[in-house]
Amino acid sequence: MAVVEIKKNVYWVGAVDWNIKNFHGYSLARRGTTYNAFLVLDDKVTLFDTVPEKFRLDLYHQIHKLIKPSDIDYLVVNHVELDHSGALPFMVEKCSPEKIFCSPMGEKSLLSHFHRPDWPVQVVKDGDSISLGQTNVQFMEARMLHWPDTMFSYIPEHKLLISSDAFGQNIATTRLFDDQNDLSLLLSEARHYYTNIILPFSGFVQKALARVRESGLEIDMIAPDHGIVWRSHVPEILKAYDDFSSQRIREKAVLVFDTMWHSSEKMLKALGDALVEEGLEINFMSLKKFHHSDVMGEFSDAAALICASPTHNNGMLPLMANFLTYMKGLKPKGRIGAALGSFGWSGEAPKAMADILETAGFDVPVPPLKVQNVPTHEDLARCREMGKTLARSIKEKVAGQKH
Amino acid sequence: MEKWICEICGYVYDPAEGDPDNGIPAGTRFEDLPAEWVCPVCGATKDDFVKEA
Repeated sequence: MAVVEIKKNVYWVGAVDWNIKNFHGYSLARRGTTYNAFLVLDDKVTLFDTVPEKFRLDLYHQIHKLIKPSDIDYLVVNHVELDHSGALPFMVEKCSPEKIFCSPMGEKSLLSHFHRPDWPVQVVKDGDSISLGQTNVQFMEARMLHWPDTMFSYIPEHKLLISSDAFGQNIATTRLFDDQNDLSLLLSEARHYYTNIILPFSGFVQKALARVRESGLEIDMIAPDHGIVWRSHVPEILKAYDDFSSQRIREKAVLVFDTMWHSSEKMLKALGDALVEEGLEINFMSLKKFHHSDVMGEFSDAAALICASPTHNNGMLPLMANFLTYMKGLKPKGRIGAALGSFGWSGEAPKAMADILETAGFDVPVPPLKVQNVPTHEDLARCREMGKTLARSIKEKVAGQKH
Repeated sequence: MEKWICEICGYVYDPAEGDPDNGIPAGTRFEDLPAEWVCPVCGATKDDFVKEA
């Protein structure tokens, strides 16, 4: 890969992972991803973040195109997760850096990852700044965006925010800047990434955005650790993060199901028909066909999640249990839920699904519905009625949002 | 004295230990922590804590 100068004497020296399809084992990344690292050439040559260990030589060669890696004075660790720090031991060995900067939580995290108390770690706190010579770096605490150790690095002379995982997207590309790509695709990928990675920490995102607004920080470039660098659409990605983190919802329902002999599927389809007739948008997603992270990507701005599963050995089918566990962990807020399904002799699944939705904080305005074996015409009519009732609740919920 | 759990990251505030790194001496009840105190692990505010069951 070619290095890219993103600002005067600031270079992207990262790696592109073209063929990764699953990000950290829990979220799909069909377009691959990048691991962005940035090198500032100043009196103090500084490397911001690294790459996974298996890409360490890519990073090493990237840096070699500009300087000798041993010329690096400072390493900045914005986030210790191994996709950004895996190559750190190698780089420390090659660079013998004078200092390694990290947050207070970063220091603990570095120790428990690499067990190297001998490294020249210097802890920086929120608001601390260091001089590199012509330029300065201001550190901003960004805890839980996406780990307790995460911090942002801001270079005021360049109006450049190096934002770690925040504002990232999983896209492998050689076109590093936002304006070299299709914006709607970027925002769609940013949404998928946010929903599957950052959503539980939305409260922290809201606070971080408020701080950026109140501080009057001038930002004309945001360089995340994954995907493209924002330079022409900074306001758009900031607004998108405001939308994502305030969990704005639309008149949309995600209908998710697993089924053995299609009875639960038929029931959900009848319910979905009624929702569409009431003017709602729906997604109808089989868990056999859609990965849980793609369902959540669709659910990101949906007002309702409606789950259908038959009862299997007194509970729901395992794909539904897997999905609901994952969904609950992402802590969506202010949504409506419902559950239904068929059963043979004992019918626990709909109530079990509804219970999970309720403990996850969903409003569940309609009791769970179960039908024995194969639904009759009358049974499907009941599913449609359930859909009509839900449509009213969904419209009220969307109308009641704070604007 | 009751322990309180951070719902974001799972950190447990134990009054017997306090939070000495952030100036909270051992023996401080959760209710008596200053309003601006935040979870020492993830930065969540007191509102994000629940009493240990």
